[in-house]
Amino acid sequence: MLASLKKRFLQFDGDPEGTISTASYRCFRRLLTGLMIVVSVTPLLTISWFSHQQYVKTLESETTGPLSALARKTATTIDLYLKERSSTVSFIAHAYTFRELLDQKNLHRVFLALKSEYHGFVDMGVVNAEGVQVDYVGPYGLKNANYAGQQWLEAAQINGLYISNSFLGLRGFPHMVIAVHRMESNGDSWTLRVTIDTSRLQRLLPLMDQTQDTDIFLCDNAGNLQTNSRLYGKPIRKLPLTPPPPTHDTIVTSATDGQGRRLLIASAMIEGTDLQLLAVKPRLNVSEPLLALRGELVWVLCGGIIAIVLVSYFLMKILVGRLETSDRRRVAIFAQIEQDQKLSSIGRLATGVAHEINNPLAIISEKAGLAHDLLSLSPDADKYQKHRQHLLELMDSINSTVDRAKAITRRMLGFARRMEVSRQPLHIEDVIAESSEFIERAARNRGISLKTTMQDDLPEIISDRGQLQQVFLNILGNAIDALGNRKDGTIEIGCRRHGQESIQVSIADNGQGMPEEVQSHIFEPFYSTKKDKGTGLGMFITYGIVRRLGGKIEVRSREGEGTTFIITLPIESHRETVEE
Amino acid sequence: MALQILLADDEKDFVDTLAERLRIRDFSVRVVYNGLDAVAAVKESRPAVVILDLFMPGLPGDETLRQITALYHDLPIILLTGQAGVEESFASEELANCACLTKPVALSQLLEQIESMLQGKAGGDRHV
Repeated sequence: MLASLKKRFLQFDGDPEGTISTASYRCFRRLLTGLMIVVSVTPLLTISWFSHQQYVKTLESETTGPLSALARKTATTIDLYLKERSSTVSFIAHAYTFRELLDQKNLHRVFLALKSEYHGFVDMGVVNAEGVQVDYVGPYGLKNANYAGQQWLEAAQINGLYISNSFLGLRGFPHMVIAVHRMESNGDSWTLRVTIDTSRLQRLLPLMDQTQDTDIFLCDNAGNLQTNSRLYGKPIRKLPLTPPPPTHDTIVTSATDGQGRRLLIASAMIEGTDLQLLAVKPRLNVSEPLLALRGELVWVLCGGIIAIVLVSYFLMKILVGRLETSDRRRVAIFAQIEQDQKLSSIGRLATGVAHEINNPLAIISEKAGLAHDLLSLSPDADKYQKHRQHLLELMDSINSTVDRAKAITRRMLGFARRMEVSRQPLHIEDVIAESSEFIERAARNRGISLKTTMQDDLPEIISDRGQLQQVFLNILGNAIDALGNRKDGTIEIGCRRHGQESIQVSIADNGQGMPEEVQSHIFEPFYSTKKDKGTGLGMFITYGIVRRLGGKIEVRSREGEGTTFIITLPIESHRETVEE
Repeated sequence: MALQILLADDEKDFVDTLAERLRIRDFSVRVVYNGLDAVAAVKESRPAVVILDLFMPGLPGDETLRQITALYHDLPIILLTGQAGVEESFASEELANCACLTKPVALSQLLEQIESMLQGKAGGDRHV
């Protein structure tokens, strides 16, 4: 991943002078934008996620803490209530003998005393070793009821004390049994049995939680409801959920009940019994504030991400746009330097060639001259009288041919000299004439007629001959291309004074012209209509030269009618004036 | 007495022919083929005019020029070269009596140049 990113960056950088397509900039921009977004959004998301997790944890512990405390507190209350009652029952069993309690009056008195002190006792009975309730005080008439083999009785006989779950028993009403077994020294083995109304336990459970969706109730280990539950109804129903395994500590677990509710359950054992206190709170309620908060967080997060994306996009657009512009400018400058160098090396070559040719030309010229001298000046010239005239003509012909060759080398040398940048006084009409000379042949071959109209009293201007020549050659070359193979192609070059301080040169062709679109881009670098032929730099360079010389260039064109370039040049260039 | 002209050029064909043409016109011409000989010749006897090629073996033209002008400051010298653009490079004070012509040059033009330089000297019209 990183390697491929790096490769793409390098790839982009690898071609500084070549033409870089807009597509590759777009690609580069996308890459940078993507990177910037990833680098900014990833930490944002990570931090958001972590803080959210932390928040959920805190919120849950804030919910489970009170729930667990409530369960513990209530369990302690119930524990205390049952201990109090069981120790009282135990006290009675130890304070009275079996025989004393067999007396109905005694039992009645003891029961009344008990009831006056403690609420919740329903009845009391004495069960003998055979499991028969031999004496009973209470509303149900259970004297002589046989409890032999019942679980509570056996447990009491083994442990000495037993507190039962709530059950319906013989009377069909939920109640709890506290049974105390005694083995007296005279051999009497008996059990004191007291029942407690389960509804008394209900009153011990806090009521405050009705508003808070919290349900608090007792259940036994088998999962039978022992007190009323808001969620699950009356005892002794089976709970539609598995109670947590009994432990001595208060624990908080989460579970899903038979009706699909997700619940937080705090459970606490009631010591010495099979009972568990459960405090139940729907989990849904736990996450409600969480959802609200998450919504806000999500909004902020989304806003942030959108801001990052927008800022990244526009920032990168601007930056890469600038980069592209400066790259293009650099490429254009490189191209111009290259062009200049090419021209100057052509200039050097021309100089060399001209010099090499000039020397032999000089020899030919001198030899012919000598021959001419001999014929015309030597005292015995009469000898050659016969051929003299003819020979003299030949010599003249040689001389005139040498002159022609000399004119060519002179032009080459002149061209070379003009490659060097220099400002000098010059006549614009000379420069125009020299430039037209270069294209004359090409124009003639295509049947294009060149017309030049010069104002008579044009002043000398201070400018750069070579650069001006390049300007005219570029424009004339374009004009010839624009005329194509038209039969009546005409290029008109005009030159006149323009105000006090400048002159104006116009070069007009009657070629195909160009649309507005092309006109508006013609001076931009790499804008070419000649598909394969052009570099798209000609007019750009022309524009640059004219600007450097303190002038300006305009184009006027109409499709189908032709194009006119108008170059305005200062008579005295500003820079030259400054230097002086 | 015939006007003394010193011709210095490594292009033997050219310089010999030119010398002959000048002799026909009654100049006393001495020909050398390199810069050192040219300086030696000037030392030996002062010519009226020196016609000098700029690119020669041995001593380069510009050095030859310098040495000759060191000997005779006001000696008229005509530089004859195939290379254009040298006029600018020799536009200095020490070359006050110096003219540049580009090869090939018409003899008439050369003679005109000699005449004008000698007249200038005779008239005491020195370019300083």
